[in-house]
Amino acid sequence: MTLIEAVDVNQKYGDRFVLKNVNLRIDQSEVFALIGPTGAGKTTFLRILDLIDRPYSGEIYFNGLNITATKKEQLNARRRMSYVQQKPIVFNMSVYDNIACGLIWRHKKLGEVRKKTEEVLELVGMVDYMKRNAKTLSGGEMQRVAIARALITEPQLLFLDEPTANMDPVSTAKIEKVLEGILQEHRISVIMATHDMSQGQRLAGKVGVMINGELLQVGTPGNIFNQPHNREVAEFVGTENILNGEVVSKDENMTLIKVGDKVINAVSDYQVGEKVLVLIRPENIVFALQRETSSARNNFKGKVNRIDTTGPLVRIEVDCGFPLLGVVTKQAAQELNISIGKEIYASFKATAIHTLKRWA
Amino acid sequence: MIEIWHGFLKAIELIVTLNPEVLEITGRSLLISASSCIIATFICLPLGSLIHLNNFKGKRALINLIQTFYSIPTVAVGLLVFLLFSRAGPLGFMNLLFTPTIMVVGQVILISPIILGLVIAALSGIDRAVPETAIATGANNFQAATLVIREARYAIYSAIIMGFGRAISEVGLALMVGGNIRGYTRIITTAISLETSKGDIELSIALGIILIVLALVINIVLNRLQQR
Repeated sequence: MTLIEAVDVNQKYGDRFVLKNVNLRIDQSEVFALIGPTGAGKTTFLRILDLIDRPYSGEIYFNGLNITATKKEQLNARRRMSYVQQKPIVFNMSVYDNIACGLIWRHKKLGEVRKKTEEVLELVGMVDYMKRNAKTLSGGEMQRVAIARALITEPQLLFLDEPTANMDPVSTAKIEKVLEGILQEHRISVIMATHDMSQGQRLAGKVGVMINGELLQVGTPGNIFNQPHNREVAEFVGTENILNGEVVSKDENMTLIKVGDKVINAVSDYQVGEKVLVLIRPENIVFALQRETSSARNNFKGKVNRIDTTGPLVRIEVDCGFPLLGVVTKQAAQELNISIGKEIYASFKATAIHTLKRWA
Repeated sequence: MIEIWHGFLKAIELIVTLNPEVLEITGRSLLISASSCIIATFICLPLGSLIHLNNFKGKRALINLIQTFYSIPTVAVGLLVFLLFSRAGPLGFMNLLFTPTIMVVGQVILISPIILGLVIAALSGIDRAVPETAIATGANNFQAATLVIREARYAIYSAIIMGFGRAISEVGLALMVGGNIRGYTRIITTAISLETSKGDIELSIALGIILIVLALVINIVLNRLQQR
């Protein structure tokens, strides 16, 4: 059943549209991640959904009611939603009061307020801090208070706006653990904005990609990461090999695509003569010193052009007649004894290729 | 010089022995100024919140106008109140002229721009995310405004104390609309003015010392609040 729905939402700052005809439908108990680069319009959209800001045009339906219409409906709807902002906001009062305020504003009885506040303090691991002034907490602790304040009202819908942005890995892990626990235990719907694709993938069952104010694709994490609908989405989700090609042959099982002077085997629906983009994720490329006799249909000899070490991984760019970027572990790179100019073999499966129609 | 020293000693004696006239004048001063301060606060807090939390055309100009009235001469307010409440004035039927009530009214008019302007400044110092978070947590507009006032409370206390300081130290308004009637509308500043002109400097010095002590207390409290 649909919980919240945005219909043709536009937002304009000055002469610039920052949201363009955004349509989205979220069901009860669904966890949705809105991913996109910084400045894509994610926060703007969340603020409109949570009725903090009014859209330039468009409508928001909550439980089937148009909540952009009347102020009374807005307060009622808002009281069934909660919002955790990117920058943790706490009020200049104790941790306990910070968390309890949502219930007090709803005129709940003091006994209930005390019981629920203690429960939520336990949930976010802040019982020992309840009497401390929230302003004296660290960023991660403040964010846990903000999450507790958002949860205590038992919202139907929780908005999380980059809940771990600008946090150290330890604080991020703690917040994610709290969120995972909440998502497992409580059947609340969540819409979270994040520019961290992996976070979206870990926590959400459905992902939407927003770029330049447009919601370009909505689907499961697997769908978004492996079958992006266009070049922008592909680039954002880390498909770094985007090659121009043309279908030269096709039979029932296999499509042959000419890329430069090479031919790639792919599984694709496009017909002979159609111009396509060939998308291959870097992690789907396997490097070897000799031609592999594996099931991979594509095997190309190439010269190493570039080697970049990023954390535990090594990114290797090989010129196989077309540029191909792959990722291996440090250990694998050492075993291959990779160096710039060395000739190696790059292989990838036909099923690891995603193709898109190319218009230009 | 001896005469001044003698006056000073006599003034100390008046204070230490809790001279009834000194106590009565001081008590009335505190009562009138505190009353006007409380009334002005009740007007300025909601009004300041309304101005701060709403965006409307001319908001900046309105704030500039309020700030201009910080330094309005007390006699100008006195003249306005006098004209309004004199027998021939539009509010003359209320027969309030030369009563403590009209002194409170005058002081409310005098200090409201100060408290209002400083309340708006205090609220502006609070991150906009605070009311937004309150709204997103389910607060209605009144609850969100109350929270913002609470967040800005120390700066607001300062605003109120500034207003009180202005009220208790003004003389022109109290003279014009209060009339400096002994035992009725005489307050510290008007008494100092009168007694000095009569040559009774002991009482003037005693009241002057009390006024300075009050100013000192106000200043200490203000500093303490601003350090929070």
